[in-house]
Amino acid sequence: MSIWEYANPVKFLRASGIVLPWIVAGAALCTVVGLVWGFLTPDDYRQGATVKIVFLHVPAALMAINAWMMMLVASLVWLIRRHHVSALAAKAAAPVGAVMTLIALITGAIWGQPMWGTWWEWDPRLTSFLVLFLFYLGYIALWEAIEDPDSAADLTGLLCLVGSVFAFLSRYAVNFWNQGLHQGASLSVAPGERMSSVYRYPLYVSMLGFFLLFLALVLIRTRTEIRRRRLAALLAREHRA
Amino acid sequence: MIELGKYATTVLSAYGISLVLLVAIVLQTVRANARARRALEEYDNRG
Amino acid sequence: MKALLWRDLQLAIRAGGGFGLSLAFFLIVCTLVPFGVGADGGQLSRIAAGILWVGALLSCLLSLDRIFALDHEDGSLDLLATAPLPLEGMVAIKALAHWLTTGLPLVICSPVLGILLHLPGAAYPWLVLSLTVGTPALSMLGAFGAALTVGLRRGGLLLSLLVLPLYVPTLIFGAETVRRGLMGTEVTTPLVFLAGITFATLALVPFAAAAALRVNLR
Repeated sequence: MSIWEYANPVKFLRASGIVLPWIVAGAALCTVVGLVWGFLTPDDYRQGATVKIVFLHVPAALMAINAWMMMLVASLVWLIRRHHVSALAAKAAAPVGAVMTLIALITGAIWGQPMWGTWWEWDPRLTSFLVLFLFYLGYIALWEAIEDPDSAADLTGLLCLVGSVFAFLSRYAVNFWNQGLHQGASLSVAPGERMSSVYRYPLYVSMLGFFLLFLALVLIRTRTEIRRRRLAALLAREHRA
Repeated sequence: MIELGKYATTVLSAYGISLVLLVAIVLQTVRANARARRALEEYDNRG
Repeated sequence: MKALLWRDLQLAIRAGGGFGLSLAFFLIVCTLVPFGVGADGGQLSRIAAGILWVGALLSCLLSLDRIFALDHEDGSLDLLATAPLPLEGMVAIKALAHWLTTGLPLVICSPVLGILLHLPGAAYPWLVLSLTVGTPALSMLGAFGAALTVGLRRGGLLLSLLVLPLYVPTLIFGAETVRRGLMGTEVTTPLVFLAGITFATLALVPFAAAAALRVNLR
């Protein structure tokens, strides 16, 4: 029994069908609890009520990066071991990741308006997220444009590889280009934490919620893609017969 | 009702826009999934 | 290899399109910007370096889809793929031909356009140097984008969407080099980064581009 068993679409459909209700329930629960709890936290002495935005902004930003990472791993698995489910999972993750990036950007801008006095600041972190968003758009567009599914999977996989390297490079180039206003990581595992537990726990719940939400969406979308692919294959066979 | 002070619009719009986006992607996902499932079932029923 | 390079160069010059077009485009971009931002010389000279770099980038983009498209249409790409020359080498040659017909002319013309934009005198050597170092990476990355989209009917717009984000690091370090050269501060760091990106791109991207071509020729 190995993880590669689930590379079989039928097995994947069955296994994901079993765990999906739990993940959906967990995602709904954690996201709602995290966000409501976050919404009810007391005001920060410096940021006022705007601190509540962090419970959207940080989890979304986290998932925006992790989604791209997941796409990179899935693309590698496809390019090396040629498991179709893997390619479809990468395809499924892209729109979700793009939405997460967009949420991180928008909440960042809305938060920046009263705090930094500007909607948009060409700050390294914001800028690299914008670049990441562009990468997501290109990736999705390439999937849409290519008709043959296997070629599409190959080419988008290549784009994801090269894009990852350049997204990473951009991150550091942008840092070099402009030192920003953005605070450093507000969460750290090391002692001497900068965030009080009043905010930390709802943030953790919210992060878990966003993660489960992402997982649930990717699983559902992968199932959609498998079914679509299957139907297309059946129709093609019928057409040939 | 919770007191948001002078940042009420800021916080509410951030939550509003984010929730709209999240709901949109969830709805799109669920709908596409239902459509794919139905198409496949239709095909199977047709034989 | 030489024969392929020679053939590509001749085609580019004779076919009338690519060669002069991207230069003309560069000129137009640099002419339009003052209309947009106003003719104030001080302001122009401050943003000139950035305009020249962005202009070079966009003009480079314009002729990218020609790298493989014409050869794909008439079938000579399939022929080249079966030739003894490895596909990676072929891609590198094609990118070189693209650079010689667009990148190099852009580098040569950039000082003239710098005058139009009131680029301060101290910046010229750095402008030419940074463009010389940076534009090969633009051509090579463009070849990768062109290889990805070669089979598509309407690949042009998609190509820009795919390639432009890849240009971000090059643009940042290139423009930063000129800006620092202008202010007389230390330029080595961005220049070294720029050269590093170019060399790494030239060394590694041909493999990705060749892999994409193989998929598209399958």
